[in-house]
Amino acid sequence: MADLLNVQGLETQFRTREGIVHAVNGVSFSLKEGETLGIVGESGCGKSVTVMSMLRLIPMPPGKVTAGTAMYQGKDLLKMSNEEMRQVRGAQIAMIFQDPMTSFNPVLTIGRQVAEPLETHMGMSRKQAYARVAEMLSLVGIPNAKERLNDYPHQFSGGMRQRVMIAMALTCNPQILIADEPTTALDVTIQAQIVDLVKRLRDELGMAIIWITHDLGIVAGLAERVNVMYAGYVIETAQVKPLYANPQHPYTIGLLGSLPRVDQRERRRLISIEGLPPVLYQKPTLCPFAPRCVYKVERCMQENPPLMQVGPDHFAACWVDTATGRMRA
Amino acid sequence: MSTFLIRRFLWLIPVLFVVATITFFLMHAAPGGPWDRDTTARQVDAKTQKLLSEYYGLDKPILMQFTSYVFGGKNSKGQFVCGAVCGNLGISYRMKGLTIQHYLFAPPEDKPFWYSKFGYSLRLGVYALLFAIVVGIPAGIIAALKQNTWIDYLSLFIVTIGISVPNFVIALLLILIFASGLGWVSIVPNSWDQVDVWILPAVVLGFGTMARTARMTRASMLEVVRQDYVRTARSKGLAERVVVIRHMIKNALIPVVTILGPALAGLVTGSFIIESIFGFPGMGRAYVTAIGQRDYSMIMGTTLVYALLVALANLSVDIMYGFLDPRIRLTD
Ligand SMILES: Nc1ncnc2c1ncn2[C@@H]1O[C@H](COP(=O)(O)OP(=O)(O)O)[C@@H](O)[C@H]1O
Ligand SMILES: [Mg+2]
Repeated sequence: MADLLNVQGLETQFRTREGIVHAVNGVSFSLKEGETLGIVGESGCGKSVTVMSMLRLIPMPPGKVTAGTAMYQGKDLLKMSNEEMRQVRGAQIAMIFQDPMTSFNPVLTIGRQVAEPLETHMGMSRKQAYARVAEMLSLVGIPNAKERLNDYPHQFSGGMRQRVMIAMALTCNPQILIADEPTTALDVTIQAQIVDLVKRLRDELGMAIIWITHDLGIVAGLAERVNVMYAGYVIETAQVKPLYANPQHPYTIGLLGSLPRVDQRERRRLISIEGLPPVLYQKPTLCPFAPRCVYKVERCMQENPPLMQVGPDHFAACWVDTATGRMRA
Repeated sequence: MSTFLIRRFLWLIPVLFVVATITFFLMHAAPGGPWDRDTTARQVDAKTQKLLSEYYGLDKPILMQFTSYVFGGKNSKGQFVCGAVCGNLGISYRMKGLTIQHYLFAPPEDKPFWYSKFGYSLRLGVYALLFAIVVGIPAGIIAALKQNTWIDYLSLFIVTIGISVPNFVIALLLILIFASGLGWVSIVPNSWDQVDVWILPAVVLGFGTMARTARMTRASMLEVVRQDYVRTARSKGLAERVVVIRHMIKNALIPVVTILGPALAGLVTGSFIIESIFGFPGMGRAYVTAIGQRDYSMIMGTTLVYALLVALANLSVDIMYGFLDPRIRLTD
């Protein structure tokens, strides 16, 4: 199937008082129709900035997309006019955000806010839009949806708010739904409900999804493909099964090691990766993960590894073959 | 909501009582009295003073004077007269036979209410407040949207002047420029029915409030710009104009409303000076004059009217706050 979205060499930087932060450093990936892509990495790895750069939602200044293309339906999202961009946002590519508490306008009713994409993109009247909003809210499992249109965000629980957020993103039937850690702020049982809801809606509506999370566990059951990000780089990318069965990058191995697994017989100790991801003020001349890496060799301190093919449709950016301990190149 | 209103109205009673108490005893503690004249003028002789003091009850013990002002007491003819609690603010010591409420609230013959002293001041206050809001809020919004451009810096400059320079200095400066220099407006009006003579007093009176409103609006807008819900609004593909007007401004104005209460109090105190400078026929000037003359009932009456005004203004701000921000419920 053809690529719905193709991102090549995306680079985003922030000008700050401490220097230029290289938040995204040449990220490439593609998304097929109806496909679900997971983007995984610790907090601060550039996941949000990657997707927000595509929709041009990063604050400029201080942010700036310095290189790359993001082709969607034959057009580059990064180069289109503001007006064209607005017609894509919310109508064709919609986004849901991490914190359902702060992501709604506290002084506008839910009905009003969920209706906005319909009024903007479908030219619906307020009344038509509200009827559709009520349908959408029922679809995502808000009880008594009709009566709740005039309620304000603070009158909903966190989980309910995230459902409303999903309804708001899907009102215009977008081709791509970008979910930026939509369950991080919720407690575990609610998380599972939201993931199930999104799965169900994906089956009904058929949109492609980019699901950002730092939880590899969620992605396992949801995505077909996973990009693991570190310090603004995609450091490993593969289909879900090979990635989980045979992770190649030490960082991915570390992330999986910190994940409790039900399929493991003997109880294994959870491993965690020491340290924090770096904030890059320069293009790195070494592997950005090297300072935290238990497999590192001399080469890692001299040269930043590019993505290399390590299996069929499986790429990793590491000089060392972690299974054998041999050098890859 | 209604219990909230009732409670807040009942609160006015102790507030006004405390204001009355403090004012009354401070005023009597201040040296001098209503019969003192400056040394060059003809003095009131001792016998007349004694008669006057008896007429006004100044010969009675001070506590009794207080209770009879506030609650009521016997007058010189032995009849009971109800006090401030009945809206009776006393008889002026200077304008013979004139009650304070009549002096403040009664317009000259065959003129409508807003030609009274109170009416004049109210009009001036409303114009000043309108100026502050109509100029201050848009200035703050624009400064925030054009952060760190010359527009922002210009507005910051004016705001700094408005906040740090006292209003009587601004008054003199503006008089120098626009009245003496350019001759655009008159400051010795033949009549306050001319529109242009209101401009300078209203602008000067509202200037500080305008500056504070602009500063607060700017800060509040800059806060709102960074909010997640603004990003959400953009992610829906809304036009920038809609994002600003629908999603930013209302949120930005909520904290601005809170400074309107203190701002009104500022307009009241500002009016004492501004009305005196411009020779304005309002309550503020009457108040200043009354203090100089130790016109005790005039001081008390005017203070109570001002106190009530500020309290009501704060109450309406709280109510407005509840309307603007759905998260706030006006209960107890
Ligand atoms: N507005 C900003 N100003 C400066 N730096 C920023 C800004 N937004 C993000 N960054 C930097 O970009 C990097 C990636 O951030 P982000 O994409 O939000 O991480 P995450 O993977 O947790 O979503 C971080 O180092 C962060 O400090
Ligand atoms: Mg993020």
